[in-house]
Amino acid sequence: MKKTTSKRMFTFGLVLLILVLAACAPLYAPVYTVILLTSILMYMTIAVSWALFSGPTGYISLASAAFFGAGIYTSAILGKALPLPLVIVVGALASFCLALLVGALTLRLKGIYFVMFTFGLVELLLHFILWWEVTICGTTGRVVPPAGNATVFYAMLIILVILVLTVFIIRRSRYGLALFSIGENEEAAAHAGVHVTVLKIIIFAVSALFMGAAGAAMATRWTYIDPRIAFNPLISFMPVLMAIFGGIRPLYGPIIGAAIFTYLEEFLITRFPYYYMLIFGIIMVVAILYMPDGLVGLIQRLWKGISGRKHADT
Amino acid sequence: MPILEGRGVTRYFGGLAAVSDVDFQVEQGEVLGLIGPNGAGKTTLFNLISAALSPRSGSITFRGKEITDLKPYQICRMGLARTFQTVKIFGNMSVLDNVLLGAFFGGEGRIASADAAEAAASALEFVGLAEAAAIPARDLTLANQKRLEVARALATRPELLLLDEMMEGLNPTEVNRAMGLVKMIQDKGITVVMIEHVMKAIMSVCGRIMVLHHGAKIAEGTPQEVSTNRTVIEVYFGERADASDS
Ligand SMILES: Nc1ncnc2c1ncn2[C@@H]1O[C@H](COP(=O)(O)OP(=O)(O)O)[C@@H](O)[C@H]1O
Ligand SMILES: [Mg+2]
Repeated sequence: MKKTTSKRMFTFGLVLLILVLAACAPLYAPVYTVILLTSILMYMTIAVSWALFSGPTGYISLASAAFFGAGIYTSAILGKALPLPLVIVVGALASFCLALLVGALTLRLKGIYFVMFTFGLVELLLHFILWWEVTICGTTGRVVPPAGNATVFYAMLIILVILVLTVFIIRRSRYGLALFSIGENEEAAAHAGVHVTVLKIIIFAVSALFMGAAGAAMATRWTYIDPRIAFNPLISFMPVLMAIFGGIRPLYGPIIGAAIFTYLEEFLITRFPYYYMLIFGIIMVVAILYMPDGLVGLIQRLWKGISGRKHADT
Repeated sequence: MPILEGRGVTRYFGGLAAVSDVDFQVEQGEVLGLIGPNGAGKTTLFNLISAALSPRSGSITFRGKEITDLKPYQICRMGLARTFQTVKIFGNMSVLDNVLLGAFFGGEGRIASADAAEAAASALEFVGLAEAAAIPARDLTLANQKRLEVARALATRPELLLLDEMMEGLNPTEVNRAMGLVKMIQDKGITVVMIEHVMKAIMSVCGRIMVLHHGAKIAEGTPQEVSTNRTVIEVYFGERADASDS
């Protein structure tokens, strides 16, 4: 008992320390670092949101880019009229509603059909907005009023903190248990009283809510956006890879995965601009082959190996 | 008034009538056995009652309420729980969490966490799995996985329990324990409908037996009546003798 409380205090302290250090970054770090950190926060947010739904249920969604993009477009449309916090809230709600609709239509699909449909959604939205801009507005793309680097950084940090708290609460609640049971055996969950459809749709929408918020906040960094920038398919794939790389099950798995991947991407793009995708792919294949539980799982196994039996929790 | 009643329940798979115009009544507090050769439509009938499938025609009432068009989660919350012929447990969750899920979601209205924990613990205790609470469900033996399904169903506080071949694949000792468990469930005041092939169990545990063959009900009565029924002996015991060789 005492050991777990002290361990919990340690984790809490560590998280607080990292948070304070991160929060002060704009005060001492160079602009380049703040921008990189903002990217990391953005990917962390998307990866954790993705893992909130897809981790326990096993429904692999590739719709992240659609929800992120919906946030971006909200920001592009409302950015001039409303203050940033409000824009973020509206972007989040827009994605939430979109996900409710999409979830109601697609969450009856299983396996690969669900994966394909969610990815199709990204293309669908991209082309719908392209069509809308060309035929109705007469121009494609729009200018987003820029916000300062530090502002975007703090916006992303706040979004991530709220997200992590939300995920933590959901996972510890009865609904977290129900989400896992859906991934384990959906039929048995339904016959044990879980309203499977509604739970899936709501959690799917909550995960989209945070992706939309991230999109709305990040839009201010591009200054100019068009549908192809807003609905970039990479945004659908990256969080999946990051979560798998870091480990899907523990909450901090996707966080660590996103941090390492974003940094790696930045590093590889500057050093090997032509091969970075190739190197990335190789790292991913190796990760899937040798780290079935992600980086976190690997470290846990190594740790158990080093510290031996006496520390192994059973 | 019977606790569960079906009228003209019918379900086709393509051209095959898996359950065809079946009438049935289950009385409060009884243990009803449902028997018949493989493919007779027993599991399909359970699937229709628990709303895993919807019938082509006919109606089913539970405690006087029409349940034909409800969803599985609604039927469970009304107090009609089931187990599965091929076990459907949550393998990577702990034994306790498997049962907790039923306790949290399977009852009527929202249950407090402490009450759910208590219901889950007592259901595990009841089926004799209290010691295994912390281990992953997939590590249980088949017999214990079947017990776990019973515990999960009991944690939903049912009035009627559908048991689909709980004794299939168990050794004689485990079958005896399972028979004892059914009697204990009945003593709790829970009505039971059980599909079973183990004749010894059917004869000693069930007060009444219903026989299905090719989707149709061919006989119904006390174990004594059914086991001496000519049609039953021909279609059922005849085929069983063949089937038991394979
Ligand atoms: N989902 C299904 N799709 C198609 N046919 C099915 C399905 N479920 C059952 N059947 C068929 O319905 C008949 C009755 O099956 P079932 O109810 O499982 O029999 P029992 O449980 O009595 O052995 C069988 O012929 C079986 O092949
Ligand atoms: Mg069957």
